[in-house]
Amino acid sequence: MTDLEAFTPDEMMTVAAARLLWNGCVCFVGIGLPSAAANLARHTHAPDIVLIYESGTVGTRPDVLPLSIGDGELADTATAIVPLPEVFAYWLQGGRIDVGFLGAAQIDRFGNLNSTVIGSYERPRVRLPGGGGAPEISAHARQVFVVLKQSPRTFVPALDFCSSAGFLTGGGARARSGAPGAGPQVIITDFGVLKPEAGSDELQFVARYEHTTVEQAVNATGWPLNVADRVDVVAPPGEDELRILRDLHERTRLAHSSPVRLRLRREAP
Amino acid sequence: MPILELAEALARHVRDGQSVAMEGFTHLIPFAAGHELIRQRRKDLHLIRMTPDLIYDQMIGAGCARALTFSWGGNPGVGSLHRLRDAVENGWPAPLEIVEHSHAGMAAAYTAGASHLPFGMLRGYIGTDLAKRNPSIRSVTCPYTGEELASVPALSPDVTILHAQKADRQGNVLLRGIVGAQKEAALAAKVLVITVEEIADGLDAPMNAIVLPHWVVTAIACVPGGAFPSYAQGYYSRDNAFYLAWDEIARDRDSFTAWIDRHVRGTRDHAGFLRSIGVTEA
Repeated sequence: MTDLEAFTPDEMMTVAAARLLWNGCVCFVGIGLPSAAANLARHTHAPDIVLIYESGTVGTRPDVLPLSIGDGELADTATAIVPLPEVFAYWLQGGRIDVGFLGAAQIDRFGNLNSTVIGSYERPRVRLPGGGGAPEISAHARQVFVVLKQSPRTFVPALDFCSSAGFLTGGGARARSGAPGAGPQVIITDFGVLKPEAGSDELQFVARYEHTTVEQAVNATGWPLNVADRVDVVAPPGEDELRILRDLHERTRLAHSSPVRLRLRREAP
Repeated sequence: MPILELAEALARHVRDGQSVAMEGFTHLIPFAAGHELIRQRRKDLHLIRMTPDLIYDQMIGAGCARALTFSWGGNPGVGSLHRLRDAVENGWPAPLEIVEHSHAGMAAAYTAGASHLPFGMLRGYIGTDLAKRNPSIRSVTCPYTGEELASVPALSPDVTILHAQKADRQGNVLLRGIVGAQKEAALAAKVLVITVEEIADGLDAPMNAIVLPHWVVTAIACVPGGAFPSYAQGYYSRDNAFYLAWDEIARDRDSFTAWIDRHVRGTRDHAGFLRSIGVTEA
C-alpha cells in the first residue's frame, strides 16, 4: 500500500491520459507514453477499446508494450493486419479513427506540434525523427490527444518547424484549412491539462494535479499561459491503476531485456 | 529469376549512385543485404525507406549514401538514429541530402510508382511545414469537387530489396505479418532483389496472402536470419535488446566504426555476422 502512495510524473500523465479513453473508442496509438496509456485503459475501464498502430495492426491487444510500432506482439494479437498504404488511406483518411494519440518535442499556444528539428531545417541543432504518421493523424482523427512534458523548451512561443497542425493561427484557421478532424482537444502535461478555448482556439490550462500548482504551469510555459477561471484538480492515480500500469511496465522491461537467440535452419537451394 | 548467393545478387544488380529502397516496416528489414552493400563499399546511393531504422543508420554511417528519402527517422521506442543525425547536423561522414515526407505521403508515392502513375494523391500535409521544405510536395485540384489535395511524385526506385519468409523453387515469394509498403515498393522498382528465410518446395500460402510471383522478382538469395535484429514473423522475434544497445554503439563515431569494422566489414557474410555478435545457437 505505502509503495503505491508515491508515483512519478510519467505515471500521473499516463493515468490521466488513459482515463480520457472510453470503452469502444477507436484509437490510433503512437509509441511510448500514448501506447502505455491506451493499454492501461484497455486493462482497466475500457476492455473493448480498439487500438490501431500505424504498422497496420488493427484491434491489437498486446500483453507487453511494444518497443517499436511494429513489434511481432502487435501482429500476433491483432484482429487484422493491413498493408501500410491502406492504414493511412482507408482507415485514417477514411475517417474511422476516434482519437489520435501523439507526443511531440515542441507545442505552441495553438496546439501545433514539432517533431522534426530544433533549430533551422537546413542546419538543425537537433535533427529529430520527423513527422511519421503524425501529420495526417492530426488532420484526420476526430480528435487528438497530446502528451508531453511542460517546460519553456517544449511549450514555445514559436515552433522551429510545424510537423503537425493543431489550430494553426487560431480563431477558426484550422476549420478553414480543410482538415477534417477537430484537432487537439486535450493536452496532458506533467503539471496538468490544457484544452482549446472556444473561439480563440488558444490552449487554456484547465486542470492541475494535487501535487502541482497553476504557478508551476505558468512558469513552465514559454508564452503567457491562458488559465481558466476555474482550475479543476485531476485525481491522483488509484491503487488499481498504478498496480496494473507497473505490472505492464515490468512485463515489458523483462520482455525487452532478453536478447533473441536464432536457431537457423540450413536450407540448400 | 535466378537463386543466387547474396553477394553475387547485389554485385550484379546494385550499382553506385542508384536509388535503392530497402523496405520493411519494423518487420522483415533486409539487414543482411544492407550489410552486404556495406561490405561491397557501395557509395552515392539514394536510399529510400519510410523508416530508415538501424539499417540505414549503419549504411549512412558507413558512407554508402548521398541522399535519403524517408518519413520517420528514429530508433523506434529508443530515440535518435545517431549516424543519421550526425550526417544531417554535421555532414559526417558525408553530407546527406534529405527528401522528407509523412508516412501517408510516402505510402501514396510508392502506390503511384507501383501503379505507373506520375503522382500519388492524399488529403495530407495540411498546415505543416513539410511542403515548404520538400518542393516535390505540391497540390492538385479535384476535377469533380474543386477540393485541393496534396500530390507527391511517384517513387520508382532503381532497385528495391526486401526480406521475406519464404520462396518456392520457382521463385515465388511469400510475405506475411506486418507487410508495410513492401508490395508497393516491389512493384514500383525496376529491379527487385529478395532475400528469404528459406526456400521450400511449396509456399502453402493462404488464398489472399501477399505473394510476389517469380516473374516480377529479379533475383532471390536464401539468407536465414537475414532480417536480424528486426524480425521474421514465424521464425524469430525482434531483438529489442539489440535496438536498445544500438543507441550506445552508434552515439559515437569511433565506437560505431569499430562495430561496423568488426561485425560487418570483418565478416564474410551474414552467417559470419550473426556468429560474430553471438546470437546464433549451435
